[in-house]
Amino acid sequence: MQRIGVFVCWCGSNIAATVDVERVAQVMKNEPGVVFSTDYQYMCSEAGQAIIRNAIAEHKLTGIVVCSCSPRMHEATFRKTAQRAGLNPYMVEIANIREQCSWIHKDKEEGTEKAIVLARAALAKVMLNAPLIAGQSSVTKRALVIGGGIAGIQSALDIADAGYEVDIVEKEPTIGGKMSKLDKTFPTLDCSACILTPKMVDAAQNEKITLYTYSEVEEVKGFVGNFNVKIRRKARYVKEDVCTGCGACMQKCPSKKGLNEFNLGLNKRTAIYIPFAQAIPNVAVIDATQCIKIKNNKCGLCDTVCAAKAIDYNQQDEFIEREYGAIVMATGFNPIKLDKFNEYSYAECPDVITSLELERIMNAAGPTGGKLVKMSNGEHPHDITFIQCVGSRDISGRGKCYCSKICCMYTAKHAMLIRDKYPDVNVHVFYIDVRTPGKNFDEFYRRAVEEYSVDYIKGQVGKVYPEGDHLVVQGVDMLANEQIIHKTDMVVLATAIEPDPTARKIASMLTASIDTNDFITEAHPKLRPVESPTAGIFLSGVCQGPKDIPETVAQAGAAAVKVLGLLSKDKLVTNPCVSQSNELLCNGCSMCQNVCPYGAIGYEDKLINDHGIRETRRVAVVNEALCQGCGACTVTCPSGAMDLKGFTNKQIMAEVDAICK
Amino acid sequence: MQVEKQFKPKIVAFCCNWCSYAGADLAGSSRLSYPADVKIIRVPCSCRVNPLFILRAFERGADGVILCGCHPGDCHYSTGNYYTRRRMTMLFSMLDYLGVEKGRTRVEWVSAAEGVKFSTVMNNFVAKIYELGENVKLGDLRCKK
Amino acid sequence: MHNNSDKQKDQVFRMTGVDTRKCMKCGKCSASCPSFNEMQYRPHQFVDMVTKGRIEELMASPSIYHCLSCFACVERCPRGVEPAVVVEAIRNLAERKQGGTYFSPDEVPELIDGTVPQQALVSAFRKYRK
Repeated sequence: MQRIGVFVCWCGSNIAATVDVERVAQVMKNEPGVVFSTDYQYMCSEAGQAIIRNAIAEHKLTGIVVCSCSPRMHEATFRKTAQRAGLNPYMVEIANIREQCSWIHKDKEEGTEKAIVLARAALAKVMLNAPLIAGQSSVTKRALVIGGGIAGIQSALDIADAGYEVDIVEKEPTIGGKMSKLDKTFPTLDCSACILTPKMVDAAQNEKITLYTYSEVEEVKGFVGNFNVKIRRKARYVKEDVCTGCGACMQKCPSKKGLNEFNLGLNKRTAIYIPFAQAIPNVAVIDATQCIKIKNNKCGLCDTVCAAKAIDYNQQDEFIEREYGAIVMATGFNPIKLDKFNEYSYAECPDVITSLELERIMNAAGPTGGKLVKMSNGEHPHDITFIQCVGSRDISGRGKCYCSKICCMYTAKHAMLIRDKYPDVNVHVFYIDVRTPGKNFDEFYRRAVEEYSVDYIKGQVGKVYPEGDHLVVQGVDMLANEQIIHKTDMVVLATAIEPDPTARKIASMLTASIDTNDFITEAHPKLRPVESPTAGIFLSGVCQGPKDIPETVAQAGAAAVKVLGLLSKDKLVTNPCVSQSNELLCNGCSMCQNVCPYGAIGYEDKLINDHGIRETRRVAVVNEALCQGCGACTVTCPSGAMDLKGFTNKQIMAEVDAICK
Repeated sequence: MQVEKQFKPKIVAFCCNWCSYAGADLAGSSRLSYPADVKIIRVPCSCRVNPLFILRAFERGADGVILCGCHPGDCHYSTGNYYTRRRMTMLFSMLDYLGVEKGRTRVEWVSAAEGVKFSTVMNNFVAKIYELGENVKLGDLRCKK
Repeated sequence: MHNNSDKQKDQVFRMTGVDTRKCMKCGKCSASCPSFNEMQYRPHQFVDMVTKGRIEELMASPSIYHCLSCFACVERCPRGVEPAVVVEAIRNLAERKQGGTYFSPDEVPELIDGTVPQQALVSAFRKYRK
């Protein structure tokens, strides 16, 4: 039998003016279960709390009801008070008789009656309260960063700087990501490699950081603080720790037909290759689909010339398993495929290129040595046309419904760079809207127009087709209300960006939620923008939504801080108000698992003793470290097996009954 | 002769902890009054409210039940109020069949910043309940008298 | 109260199922249009004028007969606005207003000569297949 104490607060005159607090205390004294009831001017004061503590000790109270202000204000205070007196903190219930009673009513009789009902409801609930103990789980002090682009590198560096071990998994043979492919960066026009490669070197040399390049996350199990990750290290056919990156193999390799991925397939590379000069790790990799030795067991030239004896044609994929406390998703983006946009003749005309391809063409280390030429015949172009929003803001199903955010700025950058380097080239830009929010961004775009005379045309392009050596662009000038048939030499498409497919794969392993565009959802769009709703998963870079480099770096740092907050804890204390499944009632239907936004519910085959019948059943098991206590599963459960601790069905029904009495 | 008692409706309001309960607190601290007939029950999320709770309230003689949650898209638990919306649409259409008028139940989205909205909603809802008068008590067929 | 232009707007919406407010004024329809230069009102203007309720003006314009119904704008519109379908609806409105069909189907073969673009016939089939 519960022994409940009721404490009615005056809150000075805040409550006492409209509620007859003495009468409330008096009425409550006669309620069944109540062994002690009193009132005091300020319950939250030290003296008020002493009254509570003394009463708990003196009357051996098993639970208390405090009639006072909102629980959002002082629930934590009174829970601590109870704890200090040796009572379980979850045996405290608050009746909100200030914000929801005395402050909104003027009539004292009315206020008092309502206060009594609210106190009775709280009493009805506390009678059914059970002591709850917050769970604890350990934290593995190591972080995993998935993706080795600028987002992943920055997050890893920040985590490592704070003294924690961190691993980067990158699917390409080198870290660096998309930023390493860029020529210049807006709005300062500094060279991308100059600012990125030192960071790449830092990451490689930091003793707290381990790089797993040419590797993929194969499997993720576990939960916050205790993730178990299986990483596949794809066969490089080159011993990573032996190769010196001298490049002798590349010079001798006779197979030269592979498309150079780093240059987006604009030129060819050898079967054994180092992606680019500043690659990290600076280690060769063999493309097994192109290697003559691996395919036909002939050749073997690279092995012959390799002074370090690093080549191993028999290398196999390796798997490593590791424990991590936190995971940072930095999986990045890709430009969309343009196969649904036939009107731009991208597939047919080599002179129609994407903006990322233009980055490589403009880059001194690119396929043309940094010379702007037509890819079809190597001639110098005299007229270049840019088309914006190719696949962005498109709800027809061909493209992406969102704005890719970075295209307006990089198009202005390209236009400006071309006009600067080749003043004889005319540059036209077809745009729908120019969106340049950001520090020094609009000034940058205006400079392209005002100083570099880039011709911005408001309107879209209907089609692009080849005519002789040239291309013809049929577009519209919306301001002049004229259709334009324009002869040009090159067309550059500002292609929409989409999240890398790895994001979906890993998100589904982690049951992290993902939106309809495959961007990973943040826990709160404004207040928790770098965390996934699934605890222990943090977001960095474009995997969360389109963003430019400064924003990505900022988010990467923010994600690192959140990771550090987690890793610096020895134990994770969980919210005890979580769902609990009654194994005897559970029929294993999976409905709760489907509605859980946190992936906190799993299934286990358990031996159940159901009134003497012993059998193995598939039953729901709630992971208390992941459950946030929303209660969605409790209502969904068709057999009533799920219940929420602290807000059980019985407790809420008891409150309903008390109010309706 | 029996003296007709003045009708005092019993109204249960379920409020989610993060938005609507805070909205109710804001209404209180802004001293925006609404009738004392409304009694609030705090739940973690509007999706914690089982349709059975609402039926239970009507069984015990409630005259109206209102359910308040975060605005769609703003749920603290990201998707909870979408479930609420669907479940309650379903329940309310069945309540009509049970003989509980449509006006006696309501779902409202009240954010933590909408103290004014909270009191307006409550005033309107109570006025509607006064208009509808006393509710029939739902009986539980399993308990034969 | 609805005025006449609102009523016509509703009617266009009911006939087409197209919400012209989805248009983001990119001009892709006009950029794709092969009849652009013949038209008094261009495809993007059709969409804009429907949104603004200026349907009487469109009905009075010969532009409604200049649309070839080639559906290039429908195919390429990134917002799913289907300008050609809107033009067609206004053409229908104009024809209905003028008192139904001018000619019977029997007369059609005589009307087909070199001046009727084949495209119009092809697109008619394409259109009604949808």
